[in-house]
Formats: sequence, structure tokens, C-alpha cells
Amino acid sequence: MKPILLWSDTLVFLLVITLVLFFYRLRNDPQTRERWSQVFSTRLGMVTFTVILTYVGIALLDSLHFRKALDTPAAAAGDTAAATQEVFYNNKVSSVLDVLLGGMGERFERTYSAPFALLSFEKKNMKDEQGRAVRDFPPLEHAGQHLADPADKWPDVLARSGTALLWGILLSALWLAPQWLLLRHSPHPWHASWAVQAVVLCVGVWAVSISRYYHILGTDLGGADVLYQSLKGVRTGVLLGTLSTLIMLPIAVTLGVMAGYFKGWVDDLVQYLYTTLSSIPGILLIAASVLLFQVYIDLNPDFFSIGMEKADARFIALCFILGVTSWSTLCRLIRAETLKISQLEYVQAAHAFGVSHTRILARHILPNVVHIIMITFVLDFSALVLAEAVLSYIGVGIDPSMGSWGNMINGARSELSRQPPVWWTLTGAFFFMFALVLAANLFSDLVRDAFDPRSGRRRSET
Amino acid sequence: MFAYIIRRVLYAVPILIGVNLLTFLLFFVVNSPDDMAVSQLGEKYVTPEAIAAWKTKNGYDKPLFVNGNNTGLESLTDTIFFTKSVKLFAFDFGRSESGRDITSDVSTRMWPSLAVALPTFIIGIWVNICVALLVVMFHATRLDRWAVFLFVSLMSISYLFYIIGGQYLVAKTWKLVPISGFHADGQAWKFLILPVLVGVVAGIGSGARWYRTLFLEEANQDYVRTARAKGASEISILFRHILPNALIPILTGVVVLIPSLFMGGLLIESFFGIPGLGSYMLDAIKSQDFAIVRSMVFIGSILYIFGLILTDISYTWADPRVRLS
Repeated sequence: MKPILLWSDTLVFLLVITLVLFFYRLRNDPQTRERWSQVFSTRLGMVTFTVILTYVGIALLDSLHFRKALDTPAAAAGDTAAATQEVFYNNKVSSVLDVLLGGMGERFERTYSAPFALLSFEKKNMKDEQGRAVRDFPPLEHAGQHLADPADKWPDVLARSGTALLWGILLSALWLAPQWLLLRHSPHPWHASWAVQAVVLCVGVWAVSISRYYHILGTDLGGADVLYQSLKGVRTGVLLGTLSTLIMLPIAVTLGVMAGYFKGWVDDLVQYLYTTLSSIPGILLIAASVLLFQVYIDLNPDFFSIGMEKADARFIALCFILGVTSWSTLCRLIRAETLKISQLEYVQAAHAFGVSHTRILARHILPNVVHIIMITFVLDFSALVLAEAVLSYIGVGIDPSMGSWGNMINGARSELSRQPPVWWTLTGAFFFMFALVLAANLFSDLVRDAFDPRSGRRRSET
Repeated sequence: MFAYIIRRVLYAVPILIGVNLLTFLLFFVVNSPDDMAVSQLGEKYVTPEAIAAWKTKNGYDKPLFVNGNNTGLESLTDTIFFTKSVKLFAFDFGRSESGRDITSDVSTRMWPSLAVALPTFIIGIWVNICVALLVVMFHATRLDRWAVFLFVSLMSISYLFYIIGGQYLVAKTWKLVPISGFHADGQAWKFLILPVLVGVVAGIGSGARWYRTLFLEEANQDYVRTARAKGASEISILFRHILPNALIPILTGVVVLIPSLFMGGLLIESFFGIPGLGSYMLDAIKSQDFAIVRSMVFIGSILYIFGLILTDISYTWADPRVRLS
């Protein structure tokens, strides 16, 4: 086994470390504590945050990549000396998530099959027992192999679900017991979060155990398991939503703060920059940039040793492009806020004491625009997840070899017009995307209510 | 007023020059014309002669900024920058990589785009305002909370699902309208109903939620309290006091979009097979026709800046307190 660190993996773990440090430093700030505790004092806040954390957890598990060592022919023959000399690695990159799912992604069928189906979706020429040619639905290779009689399917599913549920409850109890011991006296509604965690664990155990015998969400055109693909889309969605914002933040914050603080020609220049950038239709700018980058990748194929790295480079480029093209809104907000703050007495006082510009910016201005950054980070997340689907549809999104909900929808868009309609691919992508975006939207509302001084005033008046 | 408009139009010039330079940098400096030739010709046919021929055919065989072969003004005009970028200011878009005249394509294709986008826009605003008013009437009740939750849920559904779902339900299952296509004659309405419907429904979530916030902001103003104190009914407060005042922020939010309606919708047009500018752009992106993308970037920027100017003018019209100077 050989661990692989893709660029996006590095970035996402850096992001996690940054966020942890950021909140660790903020932990003693009473105002921030009070605001966050306002977010988590509602059941909705707890539930949506747990859902988002679940997605992030899946994304992080899916970011620990490695390549499996292949069994060399010599090792199979028992010649251990030769086997230790050179180990060949599988060209396919796996992740910890793949291991946890128990090979869900390795059970391919020939083509479409409905959820829990035993037979393929399309007819095929076969030979029956007497050797006559018949045209019928062939049985699937990885579904219901253990069944003697197809009629036993639903009782079998029920029985296995029962067992899985018991295991799920046991696992949830083990997982939640320490939390309960630690947090049972907390004033926050932790029980809502625990309920979600228990449901996630039970469903997870159920899905992994049932998917050994059936395709829970069916298979797509290429015969790949739809549930597995939807799960693989989680990493793409979460990473795109966070990394793009991460790339955009330094540009927007630096330029915005500088424009608002130094005023004069700096302000004019920054305003000119973002007006120009925002007057270009966003989707065209993104499409053009992605196409140009694609030309670059195509002309320099030697940079990437495995296909995954190529897809990853395109992914990073997409995050980068989305970040660079979308900083104008945040920049405008931060500029306006900085203009306001730099007129305040304490900044004037700092000037009078002869404090340097960098120190005023770092100590007096930046901490007071953090709430805008935080709100934007959460608000943009869901918009970016939705944008990914549209971009993939247009053909300038994620590389098709990398699983994403946009690519799933793109591949399945004409499936509903088949007879009978193939609905499960779209359903899988829809459900996974909807849950994440809805949770993020609801959570961002709560964050905005807690951190936006304007909305606080509004609430107190009503 | 007139002087103000003139000045705003003049302000737009440096921005358009910026857009022009940026697209030029993106298309010609980051990627040399040779790279474009390679990707257009395909890997198999790449020979130096083929690249040179492609560049001559499409007019990319000139230096980028300064042509040393010519003298005087010619040395600046006989360059890629002048022929490909500066000429955009004269609305001379030239020919696409496949040899079609972009200007005539744009002028025929903007009408179908407008035929879909304008009704969607107007009906959308009307529906959103009605829904938002209805919800504001029940403010601070359980109905209001559930309505907001519903709006957020509607917002969280990808636009693609609205289109796919609409086509499946209305066109395929119920067979009420054709699935896709377009007809320029009197039959056009048949093809327009579904795209407009999908566009309106997809916009309700974010639109109605935004209008609700605007209405509530107005509802907290002092004049509303005064109106209530003098005994005005809730209905008349809503329609005679809140609605007209909330129109100002609504106006500034939507007027900027009006010129961009000509650009059409990328997704709607491609799914419903409407021969507008949206599908034109999509085809250009898919076939990597950079000449069209470049022209559309320019047109889009002009329309956006025009929208900003319109917004400022509509301010004075809606709010007599605002004086432009």
C-alpha cells in the first residue's frame, strides 16, 4: 500500500487545520462565543451542523488516498525474494472511504439496473438450459447471488435490514455514550444532534451491509453503483465549496481592506478592478478560463503520472478560477465596512498614537470584518455546490473521471425519457445534493442572524 | 440629468477597455494562437503547415501588439490586438472559427432569447411579490416559518432538476406541451409555456424570500407604526404603505438585470432547444469557439453596464428624494 497525497487533499487538510486553529484562538473571545452559542441554541442549528459535519467527515475520509499493491506473479508463486524487490501498485487510487464501504464501488454490472433489482434493465441474447437462443433480462452479477428463489428477495432484505439495524443501534450507543457523559448538562440542545448522528450511523451500517447483496440505488449506464457514485460526489461538492472560498478570501480581504483604509488611488484602482470583473458574465469568464486551462493540460500531458492527478489538477484549477472570479462581492462588502470602521474614534486614536498602518490593519480593522468573512464563507458554500452541477452540465466542470453530482446529472439527463424511465441516478444525485445544500442554507441563515449586526437589530424590534 | 447620463456612459469606457484587455490577455497571451490551432485542429492533424494555414485563415497570423513589418499607424492596426479586440468597440465581431458572421448570428438569435427571458422575468417578479406579500400578511405565525422553510428548500434544488422535472411531468407524462423546440410563427407560445413556467417556479424560492425580507424591513419603519396607530387596516398598510416603499429596493435589484435578458438563459435554452443567445454561447463553449465567446463577453459586459446606468436613472424616477448630479 502506498499513500498518495493529491494536491486537493493537501489543501483540504490545510484548510481543516486552519479552521481548527482559527476557532481555537477565538475560543476565549466572549462575543464570538456568545454568537456561536446563539447559533447552537436552536435545534435547527444543531441538526444542520451535524448534517454538514457528516458530509465533511465523508469528504475527509475520501481524501485519504492510497494505491493498493498488486499481487505480483512471483509472489503468487511463493517466490518471496522477488516479491520484495519490486512492488507494483494498482493504477486505481482508492481512499479510506472505499475501504469502509466494503468494496461497494467494485461491484460493476453490465448496464442499468433498478434499485434492489435482481435482473438487468436491458434484454440480452442468451442461451437457456436447452441451448436455445432466448432474449430476456439477464441476472445481475452482484445482486441476490445468495438467493435460491427470487421470490425470497423482500423477506431477505427485511431480515438483513433488521440485523443491520441492531448493529447500527449498538454502534450508535457506543458512539454516543461518551458524548452523553460529557455533554448531558450542557444548555445546548445536543439531543437533536445525537438523533441525527444515530440516524446517520444506522443508515450507514444498513447501506454498507445491504449493498453487499443488492444495489440499493441501482446501477447507471456503465453499470456502476449509484449509491457509491453519490457518496463519491460528496468529496467533490464539499471541497469545491470550501476551497474556492479559501482561495477567494485572501484576494477579497486584502484588496477590500486596503481600498477602504488607504482610500485615494488605491480605492479607485480596487473599485475599477472589481467593477470590470463583475461586469463580465460570470459563467462565460469561468468557461473561458477552464477551457484555456484544459488546452494547457492537453498540451502538457507529461506533468501528470496518473489519470487521477490530471483530474485533480483540473479540479484545483476550477476551484482557483471560481475563487478568482467571485471575489468582487466580498471585496465590496469589506471595503464598505472598512470605510466605516476607519472613521471610528479608536482607529483615529491609534493614528494619533503613531501606530503603524500594518498594526492598525491587523489589530483594529481585520478583527472587525471577520464576521463578514464568516457569513460569506457559509453563504457561498451552498451556491458553489449548486454551481458545480451547472458547470459540469456545460462541460467546463469537474473532470468526468472524478465523481461528482454534476457529472451524474449530466450523464443521466435523458434517462427520464427512456421507456420505462430510469429515475434512480437522478434521485441519488438529487437527494445527496439537496440534503447538503438545504443544511448549508439553513445553517447560513442562522449564522447570518447571529453575526450580522443589522439582523440583530431587526429581531429585537419585532 | 442628461449631463449625468453622459458622464456615466463615459465612465463605462475605461471599464469596457478593462474587459477588453482582460479577455485579450486570457485568449491570446495565456494561450498562444498556436495552442488554439492545436486544440481546434485536433492532435492528429498537427503539422507546422496546418497550424500556419489555420492561423492565416482565421486572422491569427499577426503579431500581438506591434507589427514591425509596417510603419506608422499600420504597425499598430495590423495586429491581433487591433483586429480582434479593438474592433469589438465598433460592434464588429468578425467571423467565428467556423466562418459564420457573428454579428448577424447575434442579431437573429437575441429575439428567441428575449421571447423566453422577458415573460419569465415579468411573471417571475409578479408571482414572487404576490407570494411574499401573502407570507408577510401572516408574519410571525407558524405559517410564516414554514413558508420560509419551503422557500429555502426550493432554493436548495439545483436548477437542472427544475428543468428535468418540468420536462418529465408537464411534457412527457401529462403531454400538455411539446418537450422542446421553437417556432417563430404564431405557434411560438406552445413552446414558450414550459420554459417560462420552469423559470418562474425555479425562481420562487430565492425571489420570494428576498422580497419577504424587504417587506419586513419596511414593516418595521416608523411610518407603518403611525399608520397602524391612526387605525389603518392591515391590508391597506400592506398595499398602500409597505408595497410602494419596498418597490425602491426591488427596483434597484431587478433593473440591472433587464438589459441582460437579451443574453437569455444558458440552461433553459439548451434543454428546450431554443435558438437564442444562451444556446449560442453554450455551443461556442462546447466547440471551443473562442471568437464567439470573446464577442459574447463583450456584449454581456456592455449590457451589464447599461443595466447599472438604468438602475441609477430608475432611482430618480421611483424615489423623488434622489437627485442625480
